[in-house]
Amino acid sequence: MSKKDIKVALIGNPNTGKTSLFNQLTGLTQKVGNYPGVTVDKKQGTCKLSATQNAVIIDLPGTYSINPTSVDESIVLKTLLKKDIKESPDVILVVADVENLKRNLLLFSQIKDLEIPTVLAINMVDQMTRKGISIDLTALKEELNTEVVLISARKNQGIEAVKAAIIKCHVAAKATPMCDNKKIDPAYFEELKAINPNYTLYELWLMVTQKNFPEEITKQEKEKLLSFNKDVSKLKKYQHKETIYRYQEINKILKNTYLVDKSKAKDLRAKLDKVFTHRIFGYFIFLLVLLLIFQSIFDWSSLPMDLIDTTFAELSDFARSNLPTGVLSDLIVEGIIPGIGGVIIFIPQIAILFLFIAVLEETGYMSRVVFLMDKIMRRFGMNGKSIIPLISGTACAIPAIMATRTISSWKERLITILVVPFTTCSARLPVYAILISLIIPDTKIFGFYNLQAFTLLMLYALGFVTAILAAYILQKTLKIKSNSFFVVEMPNYKLPSVKNVLFDVLEKTKAFVLGAGKIILALSVVLWFLASNGPESYKNAEQNTIEKVANKNLGADELQQKIAAVKLENSYIGIMGKSIEPAIRPLGYDWKIGIALITSFAAREVFVGTLATIYSVGSDDENTTTIKEKMRSEINPATGKKIFNFPAGMSLLVFYAFAMQCMATLAIVKRETKTWKWPLIQLFGMTGLAYVCSLIVFQILK
Amino acid sequence: MNTIASLHIGEMGYISEESLDSIPLKLLEMGCLPGAEVQLVQIAPLKDPLYICVNGSHLAIRKETASKIKILKSE
Ligand SMILES: Nc1nc2c(ncn2[C@@H]2O[C@H](COP(=O)(O)OP(=O)(O)O)[C@@H](O)[C@H]2O)c(=O)[nH]1
Ligand SMILES: [Mg+2]
Repeated sequence: MSKKDIKVALIGNPNTGKTSLFNQLTGLTQKVGNYPGVTVDKKQGTCKLSATQNAVIIDLPGTYSINPTSVDESIVLKTLLKKDIKESPDVILVVADVENLKRNLLLFSQIKDLEIPTVLAINMVDQMTRKGISIDLTALKEELNTEVVLISARKNQGIEAVKAAIIKCHVAAKATPMCDNKKIDPAYFEELKAINPNYTLYELWLMVTQKNFPEEITKQEKEKLLSFNKDVSKLKKYQHKETIYRYQEINKILKNTYLVDKSKAKDLRAKLDKVFTHRIFGYFIFLLVLLLIFQSIFDWSSLPMDLIDTTFAELSDFARSNLPTGVLSDLIVEGIIPGIGGVIIFIPQIAILFLFIAVLEETGYMSRVVFLMDKIMRRFGMNGKSIIPLISGTACAIPAIMATRTISSWKERLITILVVPFTTCSARLPVYAILISLIIPDTKIFGFYNLQAFTLLMLYALGFVTAILAAYILQKTLKIKSNSFFVVEMPNYKLPSVKNVLFDVLEKTKAFVLGAGKIILALSVVLWFLASNGPESYKNAEQNTIEKVANKNLGADELQQKIAAVKLENSYIGIMGKSIEPAIRPLGYDWKIGIALITSFAAREVFVGTLATIYSVGSDDENTTTIKEKMRSEINPATGKKIFNFPAGMSLLVFYAFAMQCMATLAIVKRETKTWKWPLIQLFGMTGLAYVCSLIVFQILK
Repeated sequence: MNTIASLHIGEMGYISEESLDSIPLKLLEMGCLPGAEVQLVQIAPLKDPLYICVNGSHLAIRKETASKIKILKSE
């Protein structure tokens, strides 16, 4: 039996290398879970510290102090104030950037005052010589009264020393505070401490300032603590004083232990900043970056996507010819295989977009974009930081909505959450792709630009413009008071680390497959069931059809097709599609599209899968041709014209651009806004807009 | 009275002691302390936000915040 695992929490300023260190320590053992109670993702992994001792490592969001100003940062406070043994960390590993040790030590000093065993890992020591920094490690250890290790997470240096320090710190299990708030106002803090001596003074102080009380605190104590809260200006003043006092202590310590030779510290930053934040080039470069991303997503993903498409079609054929006939085989061939294919097909595009976002964040460029865009975004009720969710939204709205957590103003954050689903997520792409290939000719415009690609670009633009306009309207109509405080750190430019980028892409892609993927697969199966079952008229379809066409002398194949079509029409799903047909006929759709609309109300991408299912159910031929070919040849029996003609296709494109058709997103919005009000507003607002716009488009073009 | 917002690009100043109360806690925590030297590194194309360097931290803050933080210009 090995000893009980040590729980280690990684805490530090943003961009100090917490995630890099986390990746080094845990490798592929990491997984994303939920904090119980706080519905926020928790990244966790295991690490072998020594032959007999393992550790569970938790990666926390970056923060500058434990006084939170955003949802992201409040997680750190909540984790630290937890007293129950199961959840609270045994050892805190503070990761600091060697270049900005002073500021990093502020957070360290606060954590130290909670009297939790703390290890300080000073990261990026590979930069020390270049920046002319020297550290007296022994003296620093002495002064800080804790384990200090110099590491380079990127170069994989000092990792073993971190592990040893964690064990040592855990065994010693003693921690002394670094600052004593009593020095600010002895009487005031003496009185505070007297409320419950079981807590450290700093814990009590945090309860007062953050109004965050542990469960085990009694009612009387809580009341006493709240009474400290009455004099807000005094509280604020003391918080200010405390911060200054902490910096004074830190300066004292660093004075003799941390030296910087300023003459050596010249860097690339200033030069690059001149270019990237230039009033003209800055925007120009950003636009180029966006175009590059956009172009690459298509260039790089088309091959794997075609491959996936044909592989799954072949797999269906293979299964069909090798499995015994029966309900179970039908389920596999018509339900499960296309369902899984419908999830897998997104992976290339999502992964490529996340790859770019990860690279932009890693290099430090994303903060420059935030800087460039803040003023513009503010006019539309958002925040420079909203640009990251809006770009992420072109992969998937779910991670995009999570990315809004860094926005500290509630109104700006809410508006961002509400408009993100307008951006063209990858679930819309297969719908767009198939419709565009059906209704837009494959020709070149201006001699070189592919018309189909141009249409897609316009749809992306439509998504962004609608998002921005919607934000503007929301800004004017939402009556929410919230302070809009904004501060962003501009990190140093860095070359991205391959490991970090790959882990990030892997994590987000996995989250998509497991989250949205489950819904898609489940729906595919439900859909298959609804399409292959029905009331009385469905069961009699075969008999009736044979009788009806008995005098027409049809061939066996033709007869079989006729039967299948009648069956589909009379299946449960056919009945549902038919029942909404009157409502969608003005938009140019028939009942088969109606079926696809119904099923895509859970997730858009199901549109393609549904049509695939409908057509493979409808035309029961042995060769499963690709979905596209089937749709192209689909004729409306009433008019004799193609169903997917230009007006109907355009109307569908507009519908999919605007409608809120993603159950997974609605669930996330509910989680993040803590009420059903906002997801419902999204559902009805967006879908209503979609209906009206599609109606207009079809009626004009028809 | 000079504030961070009245600096020109590249110019430096010292944050004055009297503006302690008007500096948001978060900025204080990030190193924007009274007495610290502050440099205006860059102004965003639309004149807002401002990109400053103080106490080794490179920060972007909005003009509204910057115009509340008084400074003494250094020659
Ligand atoms: N030079 C150098 N860069 C590092 C080191 N550790 C991390 N980085 C880089 O610092 C940036 C921020 O790292 P990350 O792990 O995402 O930090 P987090 O925000 O604290 O999770 C990334 O670009 C990393 O590649 C290091 O030891 N040396
Ligand atoms: Mg991180």
